[in-house]
Amino acid sequence: MAAAKDQERAGRAQAGPDVIEEIRRSVRALCANFPGAYWRERDRARAYPTEFVKALTDAGFLAILVPEEFGGSGLGVAAAVAVLEEIHRNGGNGAACHAQMYIMGTILRHGSAAQKRRWLPGIASGALRLQAFAVTEPESGTDTLGLRTTAVRDGDRYLINGQKVWTSRAEHSDLMLLLARTTPREEAATRTEGLSVFLVDMREAVGRGLTVRPIRTMLNHATTELFFDDLSVPAEALIGEEGKGFRYILDGMNAERILIAAECIGDARWFVDRATEYARERVVFDRPIGQNQGIQFPLARAYAATEAADLMVARAAAMFDAGEPCGKEANMAKLLASEASWQAADMCIQTHGGYGFAEEYDVERKFRETRLYQVAPVSTNLILAYLAEHVLGLPRSY
Amino acid sequence: MKILVFVKRVPATTARIRVADGLRMDPEGVEFVLNPYDEFAVEEALRRKEAAGGDATVTAITLGPPEAQKELRTVLAMGADEAILLTHSDAAFLDAEATAQVLAEQAEQRGPWDLVFFGKQAVDRDQHGVGPSVATRLGMPCLSEIVELEIADGKATARREVEGASETLEAPLPCAFTCQKGLNEPRYASLKGIMAAKRKPLETVQVDLPPAKVEVVELAPPPPRPPGRIVGEGAAAVPELVRALREEAKVL
Ligand SMILES: Cc1cc2nc3c(=O)[nH]c(=O)nc-3n(C[C@H](O)[C@H](O)[C@H](O)COP(=O)(O)OP(=O)(O)OC[C@H]3O[C@@H](n4cnc5c(N)ncnc54)[C@H](O)[C@@H]3O)c2cc1C
Repeated sequence: MAAAKDQERAGRAQAGPDVIEEIRRSVRALCANFPGAYWRERDRARAYPTEFVKALTDAGFLAILVPEEFGGSGLGVAAAVAVLEEIHRNGGNGAACHAQMYIMGTILRHGSAAQKRRWLPGIASGALRLQAFAVTEPESGTDTLGLRTTAVRDGDRYLINGQKVWTSRAEHSDLMLLLARTTPREEAATRTEGLSVFLVDMREAVGRGLTVRPIRTMLNHATTELFFDDLSVPAEALIGEEGKGFRYILDGMNAERILIAAECIGDARWFVDRATEYARERVVFDRPIGQNQGIQFPLARAYAATEAADLMVARAAAMFDAGEPCGKEANMAKLLASEASWQAADMCIQTHGGYGFAEEYDVERKFRETRLYQVAPVSTNLILAYLAEHVLGLPRSY
Repeated sequence: MKILVFVKRVPATTARIRVADGLRMDPEGVEFVLNPYDEFAVEEALRRKEAAGGDATVTAITLGPPEAQKELRTVLAMGADEAILLTHSDAAFLDAEATAQVLAEQAEQRGPWDLVFFGKQAVDRDQHGVGPSVATRLGMPCLSEIVELEIADGKATARREVEGASETLEAPLPCAFTCQKGLNEPRYASLKGIMAAKRKPLETVQVDLPPAKVEVVELAPPPPRPPGRIVGEGAAAVPELVRALREEAKVL
C-alpha cells in the first residue's frame, strides 16, 4: 500500500499549472464537438452518450489516474478534477464515465501484482470498461454494513446471491466492482469486518446468474438493479483479503468525493455563466433583467458560493495528491460543491423565467442532473453525520 | 519531409476588447488563444506528417511575446515535434511586412522546408499578409485560403472558394499554403500528447525588429450600432421593409 501511494505521488509531481491549463483547453475543445443538442437528444432518449465517452477514452482522459507503468498518465486527482469540471462547465455530463477514472483505484491499492498486470492496462486503454460499482442495496440503503448480498466460498470459486440497486453503468461495463458479505454479521470479528470486494467479469456473468434491469429515472443516468442467483465467480476475483472489503471501499471514497465535487463546480459555473448571459440580454420593462438587484443578488450569491466551494475542492485535491489524510476536506468539498451547484441551478432557472423550463435552453436538463449530487454517491446527511462524529467528536447518531 | 507551420497568439474572439491609449489593445483580463485559422494549419501539417510517415517532422514557429510559449505548447501537445519562439515585447505591433521579414529570415536559416503552412489570417489584426509575404521571401509558390489539399508526385493541388466559384490550383513543391476553415477538423490534444509536449524542444530566440512600414495612427472601437427601426406591423409592413432593404441597406 505504501508502494502504491509513492507510485501515485511520483506521477503527481508532473501536473504543474501549465499541464492543468493544457488539459482544460483540450477538454474544452473536445466538448465543443458535443453541444447542447447532442446532450438533449441523448437525454430525451435516455440513451448512453457512447460517442462522447469514446472521444474522452481515445484522448486518454479517463486513464488520467492510472500509473504510467500500466499505460495511463499517472497524474493526480487535481488533474482529474480539471477534466471533470471542464466537462460539466461546458454543458456535458461526466457521470456517464467518471467512474472509469477512479474505481480502478481499488485494484491499484489493494489488488495483487497479478491482478494489476491483468486488468489495469486494458482499463487504461479503455478496452476494458470498469465503471460499475455495486454497493447500495434495496434493504440497507445508506447503511452499507447492513448489506445482505452474500458470497460463499465453494472450492476455487465463490457463489453470489442477493440484490443490488442503483448500480449505474452496469450495462456499459465489462467489469464491475462488487461489495458482498463473506462472513455473517454476527460472526464477524469487528463491526466493519466481514465484507469483501470482488471484480466481476460482466461478460461472463450476465445471463449466468446475474440479471441486469435498467431503472428509468428523472435524469439520463444508465442506472440499474442487479439480481444475483448463484452467480459463480473464480476465487481470483477477490480483491485483497477476504473480510476487509469495507475498509477498501472507504479508501476509495475520498477520490470519489473530490471528483464528484469537481463536477458540481463545473455545473455551478455553467449555471452562473448562462444566467449572467441571459440576465444581460433579456430586456423586460425596457431594461435588461440583470439591471435589477432582485436578479443580480442571487447570481452574485451563487457565484460566491461556487468560488468558496471550489477552494475546498482544490484543497482536498492537493492534500489527496500529497498523500495526506483528507477525509474531512473531501467530504466538505462534496457537501459544499453539491449545495453550490444546486443553489446556482435554482437561481439559473429562476433567472430564465419560463424559458428555463424549455428543453432548448438546457437549463432544465442540467437542473435535473445536478440535483443528484446531494443524494448520490453519498447523501448529504451522511456527510454531516461524518463531520459531527469524526471531526467534532459528537456521539455517533446512527 | 520537413514541415513548418506558422502560428500566432491572439485574443480570443469572444474577448471584450478595450483600447488602452488610442493605439493599442489593453491586454488586461483578455484571454489569449492560438489563432483559430492556425489550428487548421497545424492540423494539416500533422496530417501530412502522418501520411508521409518515416522521419517527417513538424516544426511550429511564432513571433510573439514570451507568453506565446503557451500557444506553442498547445501545438506541441497536438503533435508537432519542436517549436521556436521568436520573441520581442513589441512584436504584436509590427506590420505584416516586418513580421514576415523576421519570420522568413529565421525559417530560411533552419530550412529547407518541403511544406509550409499558415492560417489565412490572424484574427487580431486581420491583415492576411504574413503568409504570402513569407512564402515570397522563401521563394515558394503560395496557395492561399485553401479548403482542400492533395499532395502527390511532387506537386500540390488545392481548392479554394472565390466569390461565386471554386478554384483549383496546382503548384510544384516545396510550396506554402494559407489555410481556411473547412480544410479539416482540427484535433484537440490527447492527454498523452499533453504529457509528451513537456519533453519536446521549445527554443526561445530574442530577435531585433525591423522598422515597420505601416504605422498605427489610431485604434478606436467601432461606433455603437444605431438602434433598429420598426417599419410597421404585420403584412402591411412588407412593402416598406422590402423598399428599405433594397434602397437603403442595398442587400436585395
Ligand atoms: C441515479 C443514481 C445513481 C446511483 N449510482 C450508484 C452506484 O453506481 N452504485 C451504488 O452502489 N449506489 C448508487 N446509488 C445509490 C446512492 O448512493 C444511494 O441512493 C444513497 O446512498 C442513498 O441510499 P438510499 O437511496 O437507500 O437512501 P436511504 O438510505 O433510504 O436514505 C433516505 C434518506 O434518509 C437519510 N438518512 C438515512 N439514514 C440517516 C441517518 N442515520 N441520519 C440522517 N439521515 C439519514 C438519507 O440521507 C436520505 O436522505 C445511486 C443512486 C442514484 C439515485
